Amino acid sequence: MIASASIPSQPMPIGSGISDRLSKKASRHVKERIIEGLLFSAAAFSVFVTIAIVYVLVKESWVFFQTVPLSDFLFDTQWTPLFDDAHYGIMVLLSGTLTSSGVALLVAIPLGTIIAIYLSEFAGFKVREIAKPFLELLGGVPTIVYGYFALTFLTPILQKIYPDLPGFNLLSAGLVMGIMIIPYVASLSEDAMRAVPMSLREGSYAMGATRLQTALWVVTPAATSGIASAYILGISRAVGETMILAVAAGMQPNLTFDPTEPGATITSYIVQVALGDLPHGSIGYQTIFAAGLTLLLMTLFFNLLGYWLRKRFREVY
Amino acid sequence: MQIQTGVEAGVEGALLKADVRELDFYYGAFHALKRVSMPIYDHRVTALIGPSGCGKSTLLRCFNRMHDLYPGNRYAGGGIVLYPDDTNLLAPGVDPIEVRMRISMVFQKPNPFPKSIYENVAYSLRVRGMRNKSELDDRVESALKGAALWSEVSNRLKELGANLSGGQQQRLCIARALASDPEIILFDEPTSALDPIATASIEELITELKEKVTILIVTHNMQQAARISDFTGYMYLGEMVEFGVTDQIFIKPQKKATEDYITGRFG
Repeated sequence: MIASASIPSQPMPIGSGISDRLSKKASRHVKERIIEGLLFSAAAFSVFVTIAIVYVLVKESWVFFQTVPLSDFLFDTQWTPLFDDAHYGIMVLLSGTLTSSGVALLVAIPLGTIIAIYLSEFAGFKVREIAKPFLELLGGVPTIVYGYFALTFLTPILQKIYPDLPGFNLLSAGLVMGIMIIPYVASLSEDAMRAVPMSLREGSYAMGATRLQTALWVVTPAATSGIASAYILGISRAVGETMILAVAAGMQPNLTFDPTEPGATITSYIVQVALGDLPHGSIGYQTIFAAGLTLLLMTLFFNLLGYWLRKRFREVY
Repeated sequence: MQIQTGVEAGVEGALLKADVRELDFYYGAFHALKRVSMPIYDHRVTALIGPSGCGKSTLLRCFNRMHDLYPGNRYAGGGIVLYPDDTNLLAPGVDPIEVRMRISMVFQKPNPFPKSIYENVAYSLRVRGMRNKSELDDRVESALKGAALWSEVSNRLKELGANLSGGQQQRLCIARALASDPEIILFDEPTSALDPIATASIEELITELKEKVTILIVTHNMQQAARISDFTGYMYLGEMVEFGVTDQIFIKPQKKATEDYITGRFG
């Protein structure tokens, strides 16, 4: 009503500038539609790929579980799918994954958090500008390089301390994997801490707090949700890491939580089988899909945990 | 700047708590405070007024050495002498943390920590190493009572400070500043983010607080300065144009510039 009231009573002369601008531009509409379609298909593609991967894993695993009962898969204490007397106890591979990841996280979480606190709260501008690219470079080193670093550099050093340490072991692989994960934990945690508004820090300093008190009692709690996400990403990286373990941990299925022993993880087992000449459709071949599905469920669990933590600890500041 | 005769009239019985003496301050190359001098009287409310960018917040933040947190800031001459110590708190040997333990601050926007109401108030005590639970309880309760917040939060001390309303959050920040028994509390436009009702309660609180503590407040609201302060300093372009008893400044300013600002002809 208001709009119609504002239309001038005298009609505009035809051919004037105003009426030209109101001409219908159907082509613009079509262009918009095409762009929207392209954007949508890019988004849809990633969803489709995820669904396809899950479909393949579930389908092949289904075939596997026709032969091997789920209870054997979960509770058997041996993993010997290539032997005549085949056993399919995923626990064996899971123990290797959990042990190596545990070692890695014992390195990555404390060191990553300390580095993040230092870079965010203590380091000067120049130090941060130099240190951060180096830190991120550490995350860009190919994991195969880390694997050989563990095997040929770290293991011999560790053997000087523990002479009984076998040449392939979960400890060395886990420690190096921890070093690999540090940049992920440190970089994301630092981002979360730097996002904490300056007004909170000023509030803390104004109460007479030191830098360390401010960092530990105000900034870190305020950044909890971001730091938790960083940890979860670190866990996911550790659980999914393949090459370091395939090279340095020995690929021998071994039900143990002792890091000084060799062991195979879910990922290194998949590499081992995928490299071998197993015929498609054989039960040995299908084990890798069951193992892959287990891995997927684990990372899914950690992602959901991360999502929940983010929501639970999201700070209002 | 010369001390107005009116000041002496208003000083009766008031002791000097701090004295700003020909203070110069730079943000990098920017000369933000130019030979500023002003007295701060014990157990009185002193207000700083002036247009945006005049240096009133800069001066306030010198008192608790907040400028030390950022590189490039420089105290370039003069100082702030704190009594009864008779020490320049800007002197290089003085520990800013010790200064902040004695001179607390309340900010423009309420900034409660992401902690419970209790822990927000206990923070300044924990920073000082207080661990005794019953002593902490007592001090937190008396600080919350001092900030006129106790009756509203006594049964929800475990809740997050951020769950309170804006005015309550600001009173929480005042309780936090009060808990450690500071000698001076600095208020940096404490009501500019609040509605009129919350503002009124904070103003009333400030008037009550001067029984216990010396108050220095920056405000862009001249009526507020007139309502709550005993002394007022008018600043412009980094200089202290006029300082005096608040009534004098508002009723009979000595300088034309002050009068223009106060009557709204300028600023």
